[in-house]
Amino acid sequence: MPSLKDLKIRIESVKSTRKITKAMQMVAAAKLRRAQEAAEAARPYAERMEAVLGNLAAGVASSPSAPRLLTGTGQSEKHLLVVATAERGLCGGFNSSIVKLARAHLARLLAEGKDVKILTVGKKGREQLRRDYGNLIVEHVDLSDVRRIGYTNAVDIAHNLLNRFNAGDYDVCTIFYNRFENVITQVPTARQLIPAEFEATEGAAGGAQYDYEPEEGAILAELLPRGIATQIFTALLENAASEQGARMSAMDNATRNAGDMIDRLTIQYNRSRQAAITTELIEIIAGAEAL
Amino acid sequence: MADTMQFELVSPERKLASVAATSVQIPGMEGDLTAMPEHSPLLTTLRPGVVKVNAASETAEYVVTGGFAEISPTAASILAEQAVPRGDFSAEMMEALSADADLALRDAPEDMKMAASQRVRDVAALKAQLGM
Repeated sequence: MPSLKDLKIRIESVKSTRKITKAMQMVAAAKLRRAQEAAEAARPYAERMEAVLGNLAAGVASSPSAPRLLTGTGQSEKHLLVVATAERGLCGGFNSSIVKLARAHLARLLAEGKDVKILTVGKKGREQLRRDYGNLIVEHVDLSDVRRIGYTNAVDIAHNLLNRFNAGDYDVCTIFYNRFENVITQVPTARQLIPAEFEATEGAAGGAQYDYEPEEGAILAELLPRGIATQIFTALLENAASEQGARMSAMDNATRNAGDMIDRLTIQYNRSRQAAITTELIEIIAGAEAL
Repeated sequence: MADTMQFELVSPERKLASVAATSVQIPGMEGDLTAMPEHSPLLTTLRPGVVKVNAASETAEYVVTGGFAEISPTAASILAEQAVPRGDFSAEMMEALSADADLALRDAPEDMKMAASQRVRDVAALKAQLGM
């Protein structure tokens, strides 16, 4: 049975924990709104890019001159996994769920005897993967100094990936991130970046034949790298929004748990206090009767 | 015939403009072109240059550094890599742009030299056009 003093100290400590988690929750809520706005603002560009590339790709895919970024190297022996996680923890299962998906993917590829490399974005993913697959991690992109993810961050990563692709480092590249569904649901997602996959949709011209300037192949060659950068950018933004959403609900739970704990401890404290008073009274009364 | 079309200018980070325009002047890779309503469907890449939008009551100018434009009879949209209103385009941004182009030319592999040097020329032309 803890003493009254111990209980009191304990209650105080849980109270200050609750203050911290509450503050973190509110900060996450504010950041979430910003992240969501950024993701929202980036959507028109990504959607259009996707539509245009989809139409272009559908037209060129069958020709032998199609760019390698689109058709791939014809092999799938060497894989590069881009694992995008957060720079910070305390956000529930956010980082673990991405890593878990990546691990499942990794295990499957390794079982098939493929050559796998990992590129991590965000500190937390690297920490978790380093233990088991440290020798497979080829590079780490540090975004801890980046306050707000910009398109340039995505372009840098895309450049890196393209250079590696051109150097023949890998055949297939897949990115892992959390897709933001809503504040309590984030879906770990794997998306293949290279060879590029785009969904062909009807263009704005209602399927009319476009004129191309310069010709289709040249446009496609120029746009594909941008399309990949855009996909990375979308993934990073979704990830940022998901991270704040996950942190918000994790901290909400923590705050509630702390509240419950305080209630329980307070009841225990009061009970022991009353028990102590009762014992004291009995002793006094017993003493008085003995006289 | 409609006398306006929907014009949109979007960059990866946000949508910069969405107006009903009467004509849009676009710096295409193979020369400037002006899109007006009922233009035949066209897809072109952009060189660094100035996009000029004429709407019913006002005109607006944006500096774009590249990207592409999609033109259809009823709409024109520009997906710019980077786009800024002309007034906000500073000398530092110009410097960064030409430094980038020079660097790209230096690092370009042999088969990309043509495109890279073209870009350096385009950037220089933009610089002259803006009087910087």
